[in-house]
Amino acid sequence: MSTATSIQTSATPMGRDDLARLVAKDIAPGSFVNLGIGQPTLVSNYLTAEQDITLHTENGMLGMGPAAEGDQIDGDLINAGKIPVTELPGASYFHHADSFAIMRGGHLDICVLGAFQVSATGDLANWHTGAPGAIPAVGGAMDLATGAKDVFVMMTLLTREGASKIVDSCTYPLTGVGCVTRVYTDKAVFLTGPDGVQVRETFGCTLEELQELVPVPLKAAAAV
Amino acid sequence: MLTFVDFVQEAVSGIKDGSTVMIGGFGNAGQPFELIDALLECGATDLTVVNNNAGQGDQGLALLIKEGRVRKMICSFPRQSDSWHFDAKYKAGEIELELVPQGNLAERIRAAGAGIGGFFTPTGYGTMLAEGKETRIIDGRGQVFETPIHADVALVKALKADGKGNLVYRKTARNFGPIMAAAAKHTIVQVSDVVPTGSLDPENVVTPGIYVNTVVRVPAAAAAGKVA
Repeated sequence: MSTATSIQTSATPMGRDDLARLVAKDIAPGSFVNLGIGQPTLVSNYLTAEQDITLHTENGMLGMGPAAEGDQIDGDLINAGKIPVTELPGASYFHHADSFAIMRGGHLDICVLGAFQVSATGDLANWHTGAPGAIPAVGGAMDLATGAKDVFVMMTLLTREGASKIVDSCTYPLTGVGCVTRVYTDKAVFLTGPDGVQVRETFGCTLEELQELVPVPLKAAAAV
Repeated sequence: MLTFVDFVQEAVSGIKDGSTVMIGGFGNAGQPFELIDALLECGATDLTVVNNNAGQGDQGLALLIKEGRVRKMICSFPRQSDSWHFDAKYKAGEIELELVPQGNLAERIRAAGAGIGGFFTPTGYGTMLAEGKETRIIDGRGQVFETPIHADVALVKALKADGKGNLVYRKTARNFGPIMAAAAKHTIVQVSDVVPTGSLDPENVVTPGIYVNTVVRVPAAAAAGKVA
């Protein structure tokens, strides 16, 4: 049994960029990866050439490079967030049905997504607040959540009001059921699955302090 | 039958009120702006439009929505920072929305072109977008039954067509083009160039000409400023 202090790896909470660096480091060399819009996009800044990661974008490309600048900008070459990007040597293009077959067919190793809430068993809510009058827009979120072998979530642990986004059961409309395998937050990295929530490491708090914030039972993950 | 026409107005002149129209493009990439402008001009209304989005800014599909020509949108991601025309129509209750997860949208279009009567997919299982749909557990996973989306017309943008209507696309502007071309009864394609038959490498043809009915050349220069 690990003690709380043994899983604390930093004295302060993680900033967005530090968290992106940590996610990048955890991606196995040679992986095929899809990075969601927003915070997950930051992960691409910290992937190294040695890792040889191939990025997939839902609008029909493998081998996506960094954001395009200046003369590189080409309206026919954009990412899922509709931002101009570049192509790397070895890139390929394909139509939308093939692109989502790549997701649904389990060919992607990891996708990294943002979230409103993640449940103790890995249910994901990240597409719709369900608020009256809100215009729903789902895009590829459900396909990614369902299709990738591993679904990593990046988010702050707490809402602005201080409520935990790791919850017993999601109150926002679901994106996918039991799909999230890992949650990276500013205060800890959580492993989620059928056996509940384990904490891999904490940032600026102990496991006991973390437990006071999160309304589901936490246990320390076995050391890897 | 394949025809080549000189003007976008002629290309869309057969589109009738009440048609279901697939429009290629993801955001502005691959969006056939000139064909949409011509559709706006020709006056067809009461349309059901299938597109990934619901128009951006003040051009293309956004204008068709603004002018009240679209009765229903079938799309995955209507809400964007510049989707103000759709947003206004939706909030006023003047447009119907069928929201479909993007991969289900693509596969439903593909299924229509491939003669598939429906399919089970794990995407959406257990969510509000599967409510009211048939479900099954297949290989231990919950799956949702989805049906094909057919269309009367597809408007597609490609890079080049040859004399047989074979198409090649450019980069991520390919997106929905190939599957929409196959799914519609009548496929209208705008291309930057029409090249002689035999000059496209058959190994590199993306959409075989059998799916294409009307081709109109819109030089890239004419589309300048509308590609980003």
